[in-house]
Amino acid sequence: MSLIATLARLEAVSTGRAQPAATVRHRHLSEHPLVFVPLTTAGEAGAPLGALVGTDRDAPRLLVVPQPRDRDLRFAFLAELADVVLPYLDSYAQAVEAAERTETDPESGKRVKVEVELCTDAPQLIVPSRAGLDFVRLLGRSMRFRRTAEQDPETPHPAPPRIPLLGRWLTHYGERARVPGSSLLLALTDVLSRHWATGQSSLEDQHLGALLAWIDPASDSTGAEAARRAELARDADGQLLCPPAGPATDPAFDNKLLAPAIERYDRARGALAAAEDALQADDRLAALTAAEREIRNLVESRTRPTWDAVWRGLDLLRALPEGARVEERWTRDRWSFTGHRDRVLAGEPPQPRRDDAVTAANKLATREREQARLEAQEALDDPLVLAGRRLAGEAFAGEVTDVVLAYSEGKRPSPRPLVTVRTDDRPHLAERAKVFRSLGGKPQAAEFVGYDGSPDEGVLVLRIVDKMGRGKEPEPGSVPEKGDAVCFTLFEHEQRGGAKLPDPEETPWTHGGPPGEAVPEAPDTTTEEDVL
Amino acid sequence: MTTVDFDPGAAAARATAAILHDTLQGTDRGVVVDSPPGAGKSTLVVRAALELAEAGRPLMVVAQTNAQVDDLVLRLAEKNPDLPVGRLHSSDTDAYDKALDDLPQVRTSAKAADLAGLPVVLSTAAKWAHVKVDEPWRHAIVDEAYQMRSDSLLAVAGLFERALFVGDPGQLDPFAIVGSEQWAGLSYDPSASAVTTLLAHNPGLPQHRLPVSWRLPASAAPLVSDAFYPYTPFRSGTGPDDRRLAFAVPSDGSGPDRVIDEAAESGWGLLELPGRHTPRTDPEAVRAVATVVRRLLDREGAAVSERSPAPSPLTPDRIAVGTAHRDQAAAVRSALAELGVTDVTVDTANRLQGREYDVTVVLHPLSGRPDATAFHLETGRLCVLASRHRHACIVVCRAGVGDLLDDYPSTEPVQLGTLVKFPDGWEANHAVLAHLAEHRVGWRP
Repeated sequence: MSLIATLARLEAVSTGRAQPAATVRHRHLSEHPLVFVPLTTAGEAGAPLGALVGTDRDAPRLLVVPQPRDRDLRFAFLAELADVVLPYLDSYAQAVEAAERTETDPESGKRVKVEVELCTDAPQLIVPSRAGLDFVRLLGRSMRFRRTAEQDPETPHPAPPRIPLLGRWLTHYGERARVPGSSLLLALTDVLSRHWATGQSSLEDQHLGALLAWIDPASDSTGAEAARRAELARDADGQLLCPPAGPATDPAFDNKLLAPAIERYDRARGALAAAEDALQADDRLAALTAAEREIRNLVESRTRPTWDAVWRGLDLLRALPEGARVEERWTRDRWSFTGHRDRVLAGEPPQPRRDDAVTAANKLATREREQARLEAQEALDDPLVLAGRRLAGEAFAGEVTDVVLAYSEGKRPSPRPLVTVRTDDRPHLAERAKVFRSLGGKPQAAEFVGYDGSPDEGVLVLRIVDKMGRGKEPEPGSVPEKGDAVCFTLFEHEQRGGAKLPDPEETPWTHGGPPGEAVPEAPDTTTEEDVL
Repeated sequence: MTTVDFDPGAAAARATAAILHDTLQGTDRGVVVDSPPGAGKSTLVVRAALELAEAGRPLMVVAQTNAQVDDLVLRLAEKNPDLPVGRLHSSDTDAYDKALDDLPQVRTSAKAADLAGLPVVLSTAAKWAHVKVDEPWRHAIVDEAYQMRSDSLLAVAGLFERALFVGDPGQLDPFAIVGSEQWAGLSYDPSASAVTTLLAHNPGLPQHRLPVSWRLPASAAPLVSDAFYPYTPFRSGTGPDDRRLAFAVPSDGSGPDRVIDEAAESGWGLLELPGRHTPRTDPEAVRAVATVVRRLLDREGAAVSERSPAPSPLTPDRIAVGTAHRDQAAAVRSALAELGVTDVTVDTANRLQGREYDVTVVLHPLSGRPDATAFHLETGRLCVLASRHRHACIVVCRAGVGDLLDDYPSTEPVQLGTLVKFPDGWEANHAVLAHLAEHRVGWRP
């Protein structure tokens, strides 16, 4: 944890309220995000119990699996989920703008510009917490290899038609969420704790109720009290007043309310199946419907508070103005969405279970580059974030006290002005370290020449090395003037692209050689547990 | 192996001969050499390079940093001034050491095509990754292969047919700045070390190790070997009486002076400050480190070693300070500046890898911490810090690290399919701490 984050947390403890950790919003928020609040069944990985899902905060769609171990009911739930999510995704796939992309021409091997479509906006999924991200990935993983009756008439348990497609999209969103700074799929607790520092640990911040209690406590209590209430307070029946954001449920809820309700449902179902005549069946169907409604009410009672909390959190975030470079990162998300749309349209197979060596290395390289980009952009967008970097010795702000025009040696001397800056910051400058400042949105580089006097006096001399035009005299405005307030960073503002890796079919011997022809991956084999 | 008839020179020569044999005459596509600290890895690389060049096999050398590449070029030039050498460098300013410009046999260029046909071409892995060739090199030497990431090897492995991989398995593992748990357990996990991936896919490759550390003194080799290389032990090349550190100015009785004397005598010293939780740049500990360095210089140390019979003075360039974090290094630098000390190297463990000094002063990674994270417990970090010295190592630390270790056993999740590294940092830290406790000097500044 950085020093400034520690300070903010201490301040949050002493004031009883979360402290801002950012002055602008560093993630894109869609006008119409799709909020997804899933619940899972205890004891079985990836067995959904129910969910609230939708784009209208006043009218979420409630989906429930009354017997989570029943495979048909689970498929019905997933099909219903697909009915909500896929049309939402589709609604963004149509509106496109023309864009250019550089591609390698297969014939000449040259880099050429090609005109392609780029979706003008992309759909955004919001889940309450980090565990929700994992659940989205798990759902995607469990669905994308399923076979529909159309794909494989022999399959013993055909999936409803749109389920594999939903699995591919959720997988894509789940993978994209691993890219730093991406906003296609966001966990609200992550975004909120990026923007506010609470007086609790970052582990505790993953409880949405407690986190909101710190950020926006009721007027009569402190954040600590409100957070404690959100985490622990129970009603007369021993149920949590603020149910956890899921997907896991509270054991007290499972044992006291859910298990008996599911048992009643099972009994009612068994009774219906054993009905001997139509009249009896009618009665027993009514009992079954009532049992199902009871479970639906239970699931809604645990998801609705989280649903409302998510929208409250979104309101808080919307109150912050969007950071200047957020739009640029969102454009990358739009590319990501468009790219997957195109792969689906082109009939490509679902994402493989495991990445091959080249794909894994490319993903890691992209994420490291995006991480560095995100850190730089957040600091450039936000003085408070920059203050943290200054405190850490990775940037400094100060006033220009002197400028001496000097020139490089060589045949065509170029301007290399020496700029003296007085700063109260303590940057960790090594000999000849490169520093950068933002000049009209572009980074201008300078070289650290040395201290004027002792380092404690904070007077340092820099040599500006670029962005001054081609002439003998620097272009106007390209060199700071005496009295200017300047801010330099020790980190680069823009990230260089890495080297191109070999194509997967040229994977070298050190990495196992080419992976071979891709074979369509079979769905997971059905186990006994699947057909209880 | 008995101590009586162990001849370090002969053992090292046998190992080197076997490595060169496998490299020049073997049929395997790769040879892996594990080298403990100061075991003559660079010497081996230079020797293998010269022999490969002599055998007429075009050779590319892959190192991890520009400093390492420049160092190898200089050593090659020194050993064989007639061998034309190519130094491929990036297009940045100051991409390589300007000393190379004075060597007529060294050609430098930012374009691989300019260096085509030279018997040996050297560059960093990052630069090699941008090179495209129609015809791969017959042979490659990959230096510091344990510090190279698997994805970085992936980018360059297509450039060569066969390779010699040399490195120190005990130093810091490569790291990624984003999570990579997704690929943990895959044989080609891009964040793993190059050697891990290489051996996972080619388990039959011949593996050698260098058995003798020429850097570490007899006082340090057993500890470093036991604590960090329990299954691949090594010996020091020198005996207990071959190296001596003495000071002309007698001790003034202060903590720093007493710990200096202890370290001069035994090779190790622990300057223990009162236990306390502190920020990373603990001002007292930083000042203690700076004071020890100041006293090392003031007391006019002289080192006797097998290199020269006459004592050589302990000058600032023979002393290094090692820390875990960059801000700690910066704090020590400014503390040293206040005491008027210049030219002493102060750096993090990552940057001290591969370097060698007479005396090192180490700010213990866990000193003053309330918790022991995976970063601070990392085996390689402590190993690097404890194995840079030829004569003595002085550790500055707050009391209570033993209790801290007991309060925080390692809790890293176990990933299926990944090799568990032994020893873990917890164990190695305890081993080093137990040894240092015998050379403890308590001091309240």
